[in-house]
Amino acid sequence: MKALKNYLDKIKPNFEEGGKLHWLYSTYDAFETFLFVPNTTSRTGVHIHDARDSKRTMIIVILALVPALLVGMYNVGLQHYMAIGQEMSLLNTFLYGLIAMLPLIVVSYVVGLGIEFAMAQVKKEEVAEGFLVSGMLIPMIVPIDTPLWMVAVATAFSVIFAKEVFGGTGYNIFNVALIARAFLFFSYPTKMSGDQVWVRTADTFGMGKGTVIDGYSGATPLGQIATTDAGSFSEFTFHGITGNPLSISDMFFGFIPGSVGEVSTFAILLGALILIATGVGSWKTMLSVFVGGAVGVLLVNSFAQNAMMDMPFYYHFLLGGFAFGAVFMATDPVTSARTEKGKWIFGFLIGLVAVAIRVFNPGYPEGMMLAILLINAFAPLIDFYVIDANIKRRAKRATASLKG
Amino acid sequence: MALSNQTKAVLLGPLNKNNPVIVQVLGICSALAVTSKLEPSLVMAVAVTLVTAFGNVIISLLRKTIPTRIRIIVQLVVVAALVTIVSEVLKAFAYDVNKQLSVFVGLIVTNCILMGRLEAFALGNGPWPSFLDGIGNGLGYGWILVVVGFFRELLGSGELLGYKVIPQFMYDAGYENNGLMMLAPMALILVAVIIWVHRARNKDLQEETN
Repeated sequence: MKALKNYLDKIKPNFEEGGKLHWLYSTYDAFETFLFVPNTTSRTGVHIHDARDSKRTMIIVILALVPALLVGMYNVGLQHYMAIGQEMSLLNTFLYGLIAMLPLIVVSYVVGLGIEFAMAQVKKEEVAEGFLVSGMLIPMIVPIDTPLWMVAVATAFSVIFAKEVFGGTGYNIFNVALIARAFLFFSYPTKMSGDQVWVRTADTFGMGKGTVIDGYSGATPLGQIATTDAGSFSEFTFHGITGNPLSISDMFFGFIPGSVGEVSTFAILLGALILIATGVGSWKTMLSVFVGGAVGVLLVNSFAQNAMMDMPFYYHFLLGGFAFGAVFMATDPVTSARTEKGKWIFGFLIGLVAVAIRVFNPGYPEGMMLAILLINAFAPLIDFYVIDANIKRRAKRATASLKG
Repeated sequence: MALSNQTKAVLLGPLNKNNPVIVQVLGICSALAVTSKLEPSLVMAVAVTLVTAFGNVIISLLRKTIPTRIRIIVQLVVVAALVTIVSEVLKAFAYDVNKQLSVFVGLIVTNCILMGRLEAFALGNGPWPSFLDGIGNGLGYGWILVVVGFFRELLGSGELLGYKVIPQFMYDAGYENNGLMMLAPMALILVAVIIWVHRARNKDLQEETN
């Protein structure tokens, strides 16, 4: 550590005013503050300094994502070896998932951070750390078989058009990772939905070669129930990729086809605990998403016409991106409501809309992405009315006390 | 024929610093709707240019006789007549394109650029400058449409004017057409990019930040 600090100090003059590499100052500054807490203090005005700056916040979110990432990667390997009918050790299974996932992560970070650094350099600003989390979220919410160039295009699109044009980190209206997914979803629907993309059946860098077994079906549970002919939920059974019936614990621990981040509700809840314990994510938003979802499902259940409408609410929470969206996307501090009362309304609406899209639109069995993006747009409005109501209430109280 | 500076400004201004689409932000609706392919974009550009030019000339000739209180109705009648002619010609000679443009040929009547030019220019200027103004504004609108249509067709269907331009080996290597390009939001984003580039090159058009 000491040597690293000495090295950074040694090369610093090159990047300062008049130095040879001054045009790269933003890049240098980004790395220095990423590695070490800055030792400068503000010289003017009144400031409160806290160790919890946005870099630390981002690191906590990454930590919270780790359980879901690990289980998700293990599941990628598990689904693959099930599809080719081979038994593998736990380590091998995980390793397959790891090398399948790594290229996606690398591409997402290289493209996204590349644009962020270039933008900061051009605008002569500090490099903002917002992409650290988005860069991890993007590979976790796309199918494992998404071609790398598509991930690159989508990441570039969302960083430029969802974030930089609004003014960069902290100014974006919509969740950057979800915009990347929405871009992929509408641009390349065949690579983003259906039953061919959620399980990698081919080998990865020569690992896990084999032929797909007979009777293989890669549809996600949510896709299955959206397209079934069954008239009610009791007539319907979820099945895995080899035709095996799926139990609730499979869905809870994440041994179902799906994108890496979303499959394991258990790991997501672990992440939620980390976010809530550190105060980084709002429990109000998370809880109200689930409450909104449950209310929506109970309403729909009362006049169910098909299996999807008949599905109990806890299945909705276990399947698809519902839990992942509630814990990691809805709580994004930039795009969600800021007021405490607003968080309840914001989360509730997301849950409600997500269920509505899932149930009433067979074209989009996954409603979470569109629901969060839609309600993102309303977050400022919600805040406006919460604050407005507060002002009116206090004004009323003040006039009442003057009269009395 | 040498153009005086004033006529030059009337004709060429709308192509650049006074562009109806990217500076005045008019006519966006049809720019989103008809630009998914290059061919309808071209036809639309020509149609709007012709209607604007001749509408301007006719209103300019009538400008001293139109009572101010009913001028909007008179303008609508003139434009509607011209649009009907364009629509009939398209039906007769370019039926397929006409079908692609569907209601948007008829909706040229409500194009803000048209009424805007009639109100702002033709009512106060002679027929010749009015004609140039109409041509200029029509082309200013048209080139945006053509650029947007070009990129949407190229990236959305891999074709230009119906001919394949993205070679087969690209598809074999895993390239895919971008479905979002065929949807209206992408047209808006492309127009936004044109505005972005245009403002970056013309600092005097940038709004003051506060």
